[in-house]
Amino acid sequence: MGESKLDLLQGTLDLMVLQTLAAIGTQHGYGIARRIEQASGDEVLLNQGTIYASLVRLQQRGWIDAEWGTSDNNRKAKFYSITRSGRKQLEKDAAHWQRLADVMGRVLSMSPEGNLP
Amino acid sequence: MSALRRALARVRSFFSKPPLDADLEAEIAAHIDLAVEENIQRGLTPLEARSQALVRFGAVDTAKLQQREARGIVKLDILLQDLRYTLRSLSHDRGFTLVAILILGLGIGANVAVFSVVNTLLLRPLPFPNSQQLVWIAPPPSKCGLSCATYSTDAYDEFRSGTRSFQDVTGYFAFSSADNLSLRIGNGAPIPATSIDVVANFFQLLGVQPAMGRTFTADDARNGAAPVAILSDSWWRRQFNADPNIVGKAFDMNGQQTTVIGVLSQSFDFGAVFAPGTKVDAITPLNLYGPARDYGNIITLIGRLKPGVSLAQAVGDSAAVAPSMCWNNKRPSSCGDYKDSVVPVPLKDYVSGKLRRSLIVLWSAVGGILLIACVNLSNLLLARAAARIKEFAMRSALGASRTRIVAQLLTESLILSGAGALCGLALAVVLVAWLRHQGAIALPLLSTLRIDGTALCWTVLIAIFAAVFFGIVPGLRMASGNLQEALKDCSAGSGQGRRHERLRSILVVTEVALACVLLVGAGLLLRSFLKVLDVDLGFQPQRAAAIKVDYDDDAPTREASIQKRTAIFQQVLARISSIPGIQAAGISDYLPLGHNRAWGTPFPKGVKRPEKTPGSPLVYVVTPGYLRAMGTGIRGRDFTWDDGPRSTNVVMIDKAFAAYLAKYANWPNGEAVGQMLDTGGDGSRIVGIVDDVHEETTEGETGWQIYYPATQNGPNGAQLVIRTTLPPATLATSVLTALRELNPSQTAAEFRPIQNLVDHANSSRQFFMMLVASFAGLGLLLAAIGIYGVISYSVTQRTQEIGIRMALGASRSNVVGRVLYKTLRLAVIGITAGAIASLLVSRAIAALLFNTAPDDPITLAAVVLLIGAVALFAGYIPARRASRVNPMVALRNN
Repeated sequence: MGESKLDLLQGTLDLMVLQTLAAIGTQHGYGIARRIEQASGDEVLLNQGTIYASLVRLQQRGWIDAEWGTSDNNRKAKFYSITRSGRKQLEKDAAHWQRLADVMGRVLSMSPEGNLP
Repeated sequence: MSALRRALARVRSFFSKPPLDADLEAEIAAHIDLAVEENIQRGLTPLEARSQALVRFGAVDTAKLQQREARGIVKLDILLQDLRYTLRSLSHDRGFTLVAILILGLGIGANVAVFSVVNTLLLRPLPFPNSQQLVWIAPPPSKCGLSCATYSTDAYDEFRSGTRSFQDVTGYFAFSSADNLSLRIGNGAPIPATSIDVVANFFQLLGVQPAMGRTFTADDARNGAAPVAILSDSWWRRQFNADPNIVGKAFDMNGQQTTVIGVLSQSFDFGAVFAPGTKVDAITPLNLYGPARDYGNIITLIGRLKPGVSLAQAVGDSAAVAPSMCWNNKRPSSCGDYKDSVVPVPLKDYVSGKLRRSLIVLWSAVGGILLIACVNLSNLLLARAAARIKEFAMRSALGASRTRIVAQLLTESLILSGAGALCGLALAVVLVAWLRHQGAIALPLLSTLRIDGTALCWTVLIAIFAAVFFGIVPGLRMASGNLQEALKDCSAGSGQGRRHERLRSILVVTEVALACVLLVGAGLLLRSFLKVLDVDLGFQPQRAAAIKVDYDDDAPTREASIQKRTAIFQQVLARISSIPGIQAAGISDYLPLGHNRAWGTPFPKGVKRPEKTPGSPLVYVVTPGYLRAMGTGIRGRDFTWDDGPRSTNVVMIDKAFAAYLAKYANWPNGEAVGQMLDTGGDGSRIVGIVDDVHEETTEGETGWQIYYPATQNGPNGAQLVIRTTLPPATLATSVLTALRELNPSQTAAEFRPIQNLVDHANSSRQFFMMLVASFAGLGLLLAAIGIYGVISYSVTQRTQEIGIRMALGASRSNVVGRVLYKTLRLAVIGITAGAIASLLVSRAIAALLFNTAPDDPITLAAVVLLIGAVALFAGYIPARRASRVNPMVALRNN
């Protein structure tokens, strides 16, 4: 538990889950949580349990589907997959984040003289 | 879109908690298993693998809670939890719950019932389309009764064509008496009923549609038109068995084959709007241009304003037309008689305006009851709270927030008041149904009384008000308590307990004060009512009764008609007087406190009349013996059967009219008897001076009366009045049988004790008095319960103290005395506050009182004594219990 881990911003977890499902297809809750941890290079402070609130939110909005199934090693688990409207939402949210990140990047790279690079 | 979807999903998941929770449980278990498995593959021992998995997962309960929050509606969950908890705790405390619901039910029920009355009479528009356009057109109130409130055919025509503000003007014949219609089916006995003649456009103007058939057209009211009638809904049901094919059938009504052309709907009741307290069975068209043309003032006027025309415009318009209205176009001198006497007022004001003040008083009284009920409940809740103070301290120590505790207490109040509101509503439904059928109470629109949407909203509103009001004091009290102190405070007499008691005492004092105000109001109204009953009416209603007599005096000449009538009346009176038990009998065409009419103001012969007289005497055409039968005193002599068409015309006048005339006439010693009055022709000799009779109201001033003999003038019907030595009702059959023997077509008219006329005239005062008195009684009961509760509680709290006192030698009477002293102190403070408040309040109801000062000392003293006695009684029960305390048991028991 390094002090450098990032606290998740409100709403970012939902986006991460959507992106993960878009990238790896159908997956169960544990798998999604692990993928996010790996993808973030273990930089994100994630109590894996918090993912279930995010999953139920996305499911209620109709962006992901859920179904009980069996894993590779024959375990029963609930598998999630992204829906078409989920993909659309992901596109929108990702673009939004990209813009926000760009703006933040430019603002934060302001030099002391105040000139933009 | 997705937000809506989510909201729906949340509501759905709120209702399917158990399966969703199980699903989540399973999912989390699978998650941990997957993690453990992966950790083992990475080479950890099973134990390490598991603990590592749990650490990465985080707090399981938090995750569950977060998921539930995301998925459902948490606030509602908490509310439900509170609700369940409250229901459980209330069902444990059944006695408290029942008393609380009962008290609230009474308070809310009375409020909803009274609100329905107020709503029907004051707030709701009259039951006609665009009823705000309807106006009643009449002169300002004056001394000559209905004759001055009505207009002649010629005046009606002039008004209708001369004004520009009205869409149309209609009216009805104002002088119909009860049982004026005689229905004969087959060869059966004639059945009495009441009908009203209306101008043909009456229903069109009001916008009343019949339930069946049609309303009148101008053709129905022409000379020589075939007789037609419209039946009221209730008569159609009662008399004609709700015959669905009645329209078009003809019946013998008053000897004429009359065709039924329509049946009115249940929602229109003529009596309810225009003649409160009477029933009208049939409506018939009034032919304005037949004989009625020469009857003089006979119709009331009702107008419908054009859209956009203000009342002020209509008033101006009417005043402008008034001078050109003639009493009779053939008598130009009568033109201008109606100057200043044609004033439109909103029909609604005419119908219920007089009751506004009484209703507001009633409404306040019932509001007072609710207030007392709330205070009482606050008190009960405080007592309960005292017992639960530890429970709440414990909950708050375990982390319940203050808002949560207050919310919990408010939930409890809301549940109680909700249940109370349901009970109250049921009570109100019963009350309102009962009131709707009190046809004898002279209140308008009573038959249209119902609990409508507005009343339901009102119920909800006052239930919430009650909940907040009685829940807030104990709620705040509870939440503000000092935790530690509360947890420690278990013994009597410690700080918290004492503060509690002080608060409860204040509440009880408030209750007593409120009950005192209500009782003083009720007492004043009761005293006024008794004073009204005590009024010397000018006649003796006890042991007198009246029945309508049918007779036929049709004859070719006036004199022949008089002779025929005189013979009939003489025969009737002789026959009736021979019935054992009948002391006196006589006939009059009108009775006091019923319909009336005037024929102008006759002055003594040769005396110049002033330009304006304050009114006209009401005219009664009577037989010899009528005044004796009514119990009205005469100075001079009564009419005799010898006062016939060929002898000098004679009249009797009442004292007040005689005194008025004496101011103008130069009578020796001011003596009116023997003087001549100019009544047209040769004039009439005053033969008797009669006691003043209350002919219009029991409580108002008496007007003037003039009596003409039926042997010299044409009466408008005949009411036989008998005075008996037995209760009048026992003679009903023998009187009717005697009348039938003389005239087989005599209808089975109602035999009405004269007392009923008086009761009817007093009914609205009695109605309000009874209601306010019962509310005051209820208030007193609630206050007594409050006192009992507080004293009883304090006795329980002090059981130990009392035990010590008794062990130290205090006698039983000493203990009782101390408790009673405490009670009395509360009562005295409450009564003092209440007495001061009631002095202020009674000024507001001064206008409703009759011959009673608002600060009537007798009423005040009686109320003070009553409350004091009730309070002492309420305190005596716990006092007695206190005196029975066994010192040994009390000391041992803590």
